[in-house]
Amino acid sequence: MSTATRQNTTGATGTRAPGGVEVRLEGLRRSFGDVAALDGLDLTISPGELVALLGPSGCGKTTALRVLAGLERADAGTVVVGGRDLARVPAHRRGMGMVFQAYSLLPHLDALDNVAFGLRLRGMGAAERRRRAGDALELVGLSAQAHRFAPQMSGGQQQRVALARALAVQPSVLLLDEPFSALDAKVREQLREEVRRIQREVGTTTLLVTHDQEEALSVADRVGVVRAGRLEQVAVPQELYRRPATPFVAEFVGQVNRVACEVGAGGAQVLGRRLPLLPGSTTTSGAGTALLRPEDVEVVLEVEDASTVAGARGTVVQLVFLGAATRAAVQLDGGGEPLVVHLAARTGEHTAPGARVVVRAAQVPVLVR
Amino acid sequence: MSRHHTGPRAGAGARTIRWTVLGVAAAAALVPLLAMLDFSTRTPTGGRSGQAWSSLATDPDLSAAILVSLQLALLTAVVVVALLLPTMLLVALRLSWARQPLELVCLLPLAVPAVVVVVGVAPVYAWVVHLLGSSPLNLVFVYAVLALPYAHRALAAGLGGLDLRTLVEAARSLGARWPDVVLKVVLPNLTGAVASTVVLVVAVVLGEFTVASLLGYDTLPVAINLVGKRDAELSVAASLASLVLAFVLLLGLSLLPVGRRRRAAPAAAVLSPTPAAPPGTGAPS
Repeated sequence: MSTATRQNTTGATGTRAPGGVEVRLEGLRRSFGDVAALDGLDLTISPGELVALLGPSGCGKTTALRVLAGLERADAGTVVVGGRDLARVPAHRRGMGMVFQAYSLLPHLDALDNVAFGLRLRGMGAAERRRRAGDALELVGLSAQAHRFAPQMSGGQQQRVALARALAVQPSVLLLDEPFSALDAKVREQLREEVRRIQREVGTTTLLVTHDQEEALSVADRVGVVRAGRLEQVAVPQELYRRPATPFVAEFVGQVNRVACEVGAGGAQVLGRRLPLLPGSTTTSGAGTALLRPEDVEVVLEVEDASTVAGARGTVVQLVFLGAATRAAVQLDGGGEPLVVHLAARTGEHTAPGARVVVRAAQVPVLVR
Repeated sequence: MSRHHTGPRAGAGARTIRWTVLGVAAAAALVPLLAMLDFSTRTPTGGRSGQAWSSLATDPDLSAAILVSLQLALLTAVVVVALLLPTMLLVALRLSWARQPLELVCLLPLAVPAVVVVVGVAPVYAWVVHLLGSSPLNLVFVYAVLALPYAHRALAAGLGGLDLRTLVEAARSLGARWPDVVLKVVLPNLTGAVASTVVLVVAVVLGEFTVASLLGYDTLPVAINLVGKRDAELSVAASLASLVLAFVLLLGLSLLPVGRRRRAAPAAAVLSPTPAAPPGTGAPS
């Protein structure tokens, strides 16, 4: 992309700092009939940052994005982009670029004209807009497909043209509404890496909406988990995974084992260890359920000297070979649902269903509900 | 082995049946037309003459009626598209609850006999004449209603083939105002449907007799009927010309490269070798 295309300029949303503008969503509320899609959602995105909104279907994440785009009106709350309140600014004057889940290329235009469409609407001359559109197509590696029409391109190519089209207008904010979900796994992975590369290169403030946690965790600077129209937690991916703020976040992001435990004095007795409580724990005394990641459960085979190991005893009931590791399901002698644990490759090789094991918690803070 | 022999034989049999059916259908369609052509070019003495056909343009009643019908057809097509397309867009994008009521309303003229329509609109037309004069172009209002079922089906088929909401929202996010959305996004992708609508509306208007006759306007079908009472050959020539015009319009529609032209041209490029997509580009599968 040309320097001109990459530079942020004064657009419809006001003066933009190099690298993008700040986006603030404050107290957004939106109801459809009796259903509250947004229930006081607050989110701030720093200039140039890529934030992913992650959540189950119907949680309100797409509604939040559409309110930001101006395609949906909020019942209450404010949308501030680059310091300007966009409450009365219609979608076509917000200067944002959007990539949709469904393929959205205009069927009557080829790839180049699709990318140039937004520039044409801005009254740019034919030569300049073709040059800029060509630059944008080059950025997404599709110069060779410039004269292809939508039906002549794969889903991945169409989405990259849509991305080029969104970027060609130098948007104040780039909005990605589950842009990879219609693609097959391999293309999806390639494309999201490419989107990340381009977003870093262009520096546009970006909001990605997805229900795919792997996608959110792998591309976003920060991830916001949405539940019932509210943000449960916004954090960098590592923190979201290691220090979930609520039981919902712990259970929605990644896999957790639910282990009965005793809670008291700021800690919980879980699988033979006393673990400190994470701040979001909802049970602080008495019986509770600890939410433990599979990798936070240590496994000792009883063929080793397990008699001295504090922990809970159980039997391996299922093994799934994953290459570098083996995932095992362990049924504790005390009953309950089987624990999912990860065995190192060598341990996994020497283990078979029916093997007796001792499991104990690793020394990590734990969330208890 | 026997299959190798029965295959071509069965194929030949199927071909024969196909051509027979096609021949019978073509005869059923063409024989009346040829008979009309024969009748309209026959003279009382048994010879041939193009007098009736040349009178099409010179007969003052007929030529005036042709002009009126063509104007009505064009005007009705414009009115129907201008009213129905934005309405259907609005319903598709914002008022999805109104989809079925709109369809029902648009189909109603099919269920109501033309005579009943005339009884209903006659008092209204008294006011129309009072306000706009007695021009036969006033018929555009009732013709727009009569053409609704056909126009609605044609436009609905076109709209159904588009992911309208996504295209419109994509265009809006790129800076398109609503007029831009209609003119630069929706219409270019509905050219086929709009062309079908226009042809259907024109066919309806050129063929409508009852309403025009009962309301007392001289359109082409009314004029043909009147001329038939004094000059049968001219009347049949006018009918045949009207039919041929409708055929030409339909044929033109089927041959129209609308919606295919832009895709057909680059289709050749797909077959020709093109540079491989760079790694990670999601090459066509």
